[in-house]
Amino acid sequence: MSKLATIRWREFAIESLVRVAGVSTIAFVALIFLFLLREGAPAFFRIPLDNLFGVRWYPTFDLYGALPLILGSALVTITAILIALPLGVATAVFVREAAPPWAREILKPMIEVLAGIPSVVLGFFGMTLVAPFIRSALGAPTGLTAFTGALILAYMALPTIISVAEDALDAVPKSYRDAGLAMGATQWQTIWRVVVPAARSGILTAVMLGMGRAIGETMAVMMVTGNAARMPLSLDSLFRPVRTMTATIAAEMGEVARGSTHYHVLFAIGIVLFVITFAINLSAASAIFQKRRRGGLR
Amino acid sequence: MTRTGSIPCAQPEPDRRLPTGRLLLAAWLCLMPALLAGCALPADSASAGAPSIALTIQNKGSDTLVNLALAWAEAYMPAHPEISISVTGGGTGTGIAALLNGTVDIANASRQIKAEEYTAAQAAGIFPVEFTVARDAIAVVVNRANPITQLTLQQISDIYTGKITNWRQVGGLDRPIVLLSRESNSGTYVYFLEQVIRLGKKSDLLFSPDTLLMPSSEGISAEVRQNPNAIGYDGLGYVTADQKMIALARDPHGPYVLPAIATVNDGSYPVSRPLYMYIAGEPAGTIRAYLDWVLGDGQELVSKLGFVPLETYRPLGSRRP
Repeated sequence: MSKLATIRWREFAIESLVRVAGVSTIAFVALIFLFLLREGAPAFFRIPLDNLFGVRWYPTFDLYGALPLILGSALVTITAILIALPLGVATAVFVREAAPPWAREILKPMIEVLAGIPSVVLGFFGMTLVAPFIRSALGAPTGLTAFTGALILAYMALPTIISVAEDALDAVPKSYRDAGLAMGATQWQTIWRVVVPAARSGILTAVMLGMGRAIGETMAVMMVTGNAARMPLSLDSLFRPVRTMTATIAAEMGEVARGSTHYHVLFAIGIVLFVITFAINLSAASAIFQKRRRGGLR
Repeated sequence: MTRTGSIPCAQPEPDRRLPTGRLLLAAWLCLMPALLAGCALPADSASAGAPSIALTIQNKGSDTLVNLALAWAEAYMPAHPEISISVTGGGTGTGIAALLNGTVDIANASRQIKAEEYTAAQAAGIFPVEFTVARDAIAVVVNRANPITQLTLQQISDIYTGKITNWRQVGGLDRPIVLLSRESNSGTYVYFLEQVIRLGKKSDLLFSPDTLLMPSSEGISAEVRQNPNAIGYDGLGYVTADQKMIALARDPHGPYVLPAIATVNDGSYPVSRPLYMYIAGEPAGTIRAYLDWVLGDGQELVSKLGFVPLETYRPLGSRRP
């Protein structure tokens, strides 16, 4: 038994441990999905599809129309991204391209702090300050609206969007900027016409990740959107209450009878949510992979 | 045991939703001391040689009452370690059926025993005795700035189904009405739907889809406090001082009554109901002592759980040692 053998054995043990740790992540995702599928699938057999995708969500009376919930989530998330995208990209451009070093030193940790604010705190802030403001400023009947939720979600998606977009800008070669400036373009023209377009797929990834963050958010949304399961189809829907998928699951799962139809429907909504988030994250990841093959995250 | 089938009300009452998860946990928490006591008993009696027997009170029925019954049991047991009380829900019908089978000692009920249930009980040689243990009242609340002070039940039904959408239509300001409700798994939601929106009749009226479902009582009070358009409802025990309660009337001519312990107890406030416990025959011994406590000191817990305590304490008679 030599020293070499001991080292080899150690190497083997550590390598296996690391491998197990890596593979287990995949296994956990797979197991979670299987669990979701097992608990959620009965909903599709027990309830006619026209009920399940109907427009009336009254689970107490066996009306499980999930369409208002899906559209509610979509409305809040898309609006949040539309608000967060320009703000996030602008912040990233400022931090990366325009800010003097001292401002950068302050801004970057502040953005990290922004990411660390618990969502329930933001929800409380939204409920007590933003919602009354929206009601008085916009004249909506109530301040608990899809727009209020979107504002809070935009705030929550910002750190993700800023840091990923900043990485993307960072990966744009310095020669691009030099070339732009050498051509006689101003700094603004260089940023807007050269650097940002060169980083657009990275920015798209940022948006996707921000969206994934926003659609899965529960607590803050439940506190500020009013949770009325109405179809958000009219023009003023943005300034009316909505009910999202996440808020529905969070509000109703606690008291539902295990194994009941309602229980299975909540898991079915979980499946829908999982599939949507998975698709969003996958498209974000594939954008990163494509770019990596061409050299660098841009 | 074959009697069970003949009881016409064995199906659980469609009353309030089953908070199963919490219920099981609570039941388990309640049963644990009983099991532990049961395990500890042989050792105890062996060492002390005393013939002390752990007494178990089985308590089952209404889901409305289950949390209150649990609170009572949890408060009573530490002071009386020889007694263990197990509380389960399942609905009023289930509780009464179990009482007639002799499997429970106390049946919790959010309605009075039905005539056919009483007949079935008599046939089984059981004479159920009724005790009102608390009352359940729901207050309708608006913002303090809202000039509305009174509404009929029909008006509230029309407001919550979306037929009336502006305060002007009920004599208020020209403002939209914002409907607030508890989440659909709250017992209060179902009770309000049946007693107010459906006016106690059979119908398929539902809450308007525009109703905001608030995850907590605090959600309702926060919105009512700051939004002059809002209307909400909640158990009387949960209404805070910064909301304005509405006086309700059964019909437009009838007296408009504000909810209070007195008006709830004399039955003049329309959205309230007594909650009962039924015992097979006149209570005696442990059960009598427990009921005595529930109707006396136990009433202090009632308002904490959002119900209305009884106005007067009616003792069952002299307590047994």
